[in-house]
Amino acid sequence: MLRARIVLGLYIGFLLLPIYWLVNMSLKTNSEIVSGLTLWPHTLTFENYTKIFTDPSWYSGYINSLQYVALNTVLSIALALPAAYAFSRYRFVGDKHLFFWLLSNRMAPPAVFALPFFNLYSAIGLFDTPFAVALAHCLFNVPLAVWILEGFMSGVPREIDETAYLDGYGFPHFFVKIFTPLVASGIGVTAFFCFMFSWVELLLARTLTSVDTKPIAATMTRTVSAAGMDWGLLAAAGVLTIVPGALVIWFVRNYIAKGFALGRV
Amino acid sequence: MDKPVNQGAWLLVLPVLLIVAFSAIVPLMTVVNYSVQDTFGNNQFFWNGIGWYQELLDPSTDLGGRFFDALWRNLLFSFLILAIEVPLGIAVALSMPRQGWRVAATLVVLALPLLIPWNVVGTIWQIFAREDIGLLGWVVNHLGIPYNYTADPLSAWVTIVTMDVWHWTSLVALLCYAGLRSIPDAFYQAARIDGASRWAIFRNIQLPKMRRVLLIAVLLRFMDSFMIYTEPFVVTGGGPGNSTTFVSIDLVKLALGQFDLGKAAALSIVYNLIILAVCWVFYTVMTRMDSGRS
Amino acid sequence: MARIDLQNLAHSYVPKPSGPGDYALKPLDHVWRQGGAYALLGPSGCGKTTLLNIISGLLVPSEGRVLFDGRDVTALPTEARNIAQVFQFPVVYDTMTVYENLAFPLRNRGLRGPAVDARVREIAELLDLTPDLKHRGSGLTADAKQKISLGRGLVRPDVAAILFDEPLTVIDPHLKWELRSKLKALHRALDLTMIYVTHDQTEAMTFADTVVVMHDGAVVQMGRPQELFERPAHVFVGHFIGSPGMNVLPATVYGRSAHVGGHEIRLARGYPPIDAGRVEIGVRPEFATLAPAGSGVPVRVRRIDDLGRVRLAKVELAGIPMAATVPEAMPLVGDEASLTFEREMVHVYADGHLVEGEAA
Repeated sequence: MLRARIVLGLYIGFLLLPIYWLVNMSLKTNSEIVSGLTLWPHTLTFENYTKIFTDPSWYSGYINSLQYVALNTVLSIALALPAAYAFSRYRFVGDKHLFFWLLSNRMAPPAVFALPFFNLYSAIGLFDTPFAVALAHCLFNVPLAVWILEGFMSGVPREIDETAYLDGYGFPHFFVKIFTPLVASGIGVTAFFCFMFSWVELLLARTLTSVDTKPIAATMTRTVSAAGMDWGLLAAAGVLTIVPGALVIWFVRNYIAKGFALGRV
Repeated sequence: MDKPVNQGAWLLVLPVLLIVAFSAIVPLMTVVNYSVQDTFGNNQFFWNGIGWYQELLDPSTDLGGRFFDALWRNLLFSFLILAIEVPLGIAVALSMPRQGWRVAATLVVLALPLLIPWNVVGTIWQIFAREDIGLLGWVVNHLGIPYNYTADPLSAWVTIVTMDVWHWTSLVALLCYAGLRSIPDAFYQAARIDGASRWAIFRNIQLPKMRRVLLIAVLLRFMDSFMIYTEPFVVTGGGPGNSTTFVSIDLVKLALGQFDLGKAAALSIVYNLIILAVCWVFYTVMTRMDSGRS
Repeated sequence: MARIDLQNLAHSYVPKPSGPGDYALKPLDHVWRQGGAYALLGPSGCGKTTLLNIISGLLVPSEGRVLFDGRDVTALPTEARNIAQVFQFPVVYDTMTVYENLAFPLRNRGLRGPAVDARVREIAELLDLTPDLKHRGSGLTADAKQKISLGRGLVRPDVAAILFDEPLTVIDPHLKWELRSKLKALHRALDLTMIYVTHDQTEAMTFADTVVVMHDGAVVQMGRPQELFERPAHVFVGHFIGSPGMNVLPATVYGRSAHVGGHEIRLARGYPPIDAGRVEIGVRPEFATLAPAGSGVPVRVRRIDDLGRVRLAKVELAGIPMAATVPEAMPLVGDEASLTFEREMVHVYADGHLVEGEAA
């Protein structure tokens, strides 16, 4: 037991130390940062944070990011629900190949798609809108959502469907009223993962936006200026990108373990 | 428990099919189109056939050499992080508390790195590993070990591998933990009665139960490390020299930096095919395990 | 092989129990003889699994001692106790063959070579597992898996006692009987102490020579199956054992007679005045026989159920519902009838506990 605590303690220390360092930097003035290494802020300042919250070009980055993330999450789940049901309940021509092909898209390198996406979304006039990024992220989030939901749905006994049909429910009514609530935890887990992968992805998000909908993660590259790096501001922006993720984890903490196994334990 | 055959199910799959086709097939066709042409600038394309592919797959050419170097680096990187993250993830999962408030607390801390935007992960390590303002770099240098990830390839590799371990080991640990949680108490009790050693319990009870989730973990980690772009790009930008230039980084350099669309497209296709092949092997093993489970 | 002494044994999952309600297992003091077949019988949550886990060492009791053949094992871990336990769900190591599963406990104890082989084959033969020895455990049926779990316990030559925790729960009904007979045969052949936890009275009554009935963390009666049936020490035992359970009627008891709603029922023994909040008489349906009106205590017949071998009447005695046996030749005319009781089998309970009467 003691050994387990030591292993876990060391690992958690390893996880938290770099994050602590980022927080530490964000609360320092730039002069303190460059003048030498200090383990905690000697001159505590919230100036870096005030700057982000008062400058629209900074905080709009957060709004842009959250916009396309939310859009993508809703879209992915809405599309994936019926498909996952089909895969979990029926056999049909080409089902296995289709499932594999979907999954393989989850594994496609975003770098491959960056340029074609740029051309495609420019051509249809969606470039630099949240829709472009939300749609682009569907490339990997929809297959993932189908995969996770299929796992959870296969855990619901098929007798429930049959009973509902015998009771005279039509498919749409049954699906919305009875089945969806049964896989609610699966939907929660899926939403978590869609949020996660859309929130952390930057390559496509940056390629498909320029001015109006620049994601926060891309805004951060602005801290490099002629006067050198604004380390404190960069660190503060970094800390603020961790906050939404941390909040989401806190809400789903009881489902995390099962969720990460994608309903497949 | 055979599923009934119902071709109508296609209707349910159709929306997903359309959106993924729109997101995957249309761009891929563009890529294929580029890959067989050459361009000398603005919208002037010439048929080049399989020329780019020949160049790409021949290590003696400039392009081919670049590609194979990046590919080997990528494979080495994937191998290294799997060799560290899988055993470490299992060890962490085995050390997780089984009940009480500490479970939720540990899960939250473990999941934290997974929800940090990838470029911010890069930023965190870019700062943390600097020898002047970063704790890690400062401490290592003051211990008398020369360490500078912007100048020294070995330091750069150590930084990037450590960063990936920091970023992703939790995923392996959480997956394994989920597998461990599905083992009923009776198994542990029976093992105690049978006088099993700690190792025997791990080998005969815990490892078999983790097999499926471990396969998922290895698949995800292999794929994601094989596609890695953002984090090393932020930390090292592929340098020093080309020492941390992975396939994705090279691809973006070719496509968006040099606008060598033909070369980039051919590289994309080959890169994608490699991933598809590996993915297929995993998928086959996994479905075989599924059907063998019943 | 061991005699098991439980001395002032009690367990509470709360660190500092303040009242009897905090105990999952209330203090008990018993000696279980070597070679006995015991069944711990009771509804779920009555403490029987807690008691079993204390004996096996998976749980350390908060109070009292456990002795095996006079040796104090209270603090010893499971693996040092020579105990085998079979769980509700079969535990089989999927990655090993049946042979390796059976050899596992021996190898863990450092045994190697022909000694292991001989023992494994002997046990496999005993459990009819020989044809499966080379197969993997994962593909087998639930009853075969449960036999493997059992085999891993039997394979150790030094095993002191085998504990069963509802081992037949997941077994198909038609195989339950077979496996239970197997257990009984093993018990006779091997002279082992066996302790069997169950909530199924049939399982308990057919398997055990001593049944320990538990209720709310306490042992309410311990005895041969027949004793439990004929002389329940507590109304709970009367209810829990038998189908349907014992009839319990509020009564006033004086001397050799009981009065239920103004009707007199004669008793076999004499009773002094009972000073208790609740006085009842208990009689099983098997010992209350329906008779034509006027030949006993008058009752009103509500319903007759034909159970195949016997017919059972639901009747009301002075408005209190109870069950009685209907004799084969009994004609049924109207709902007026009467009951006759087998006098030896009518018991008196004060606040739920059996009151011993004075004979003769």
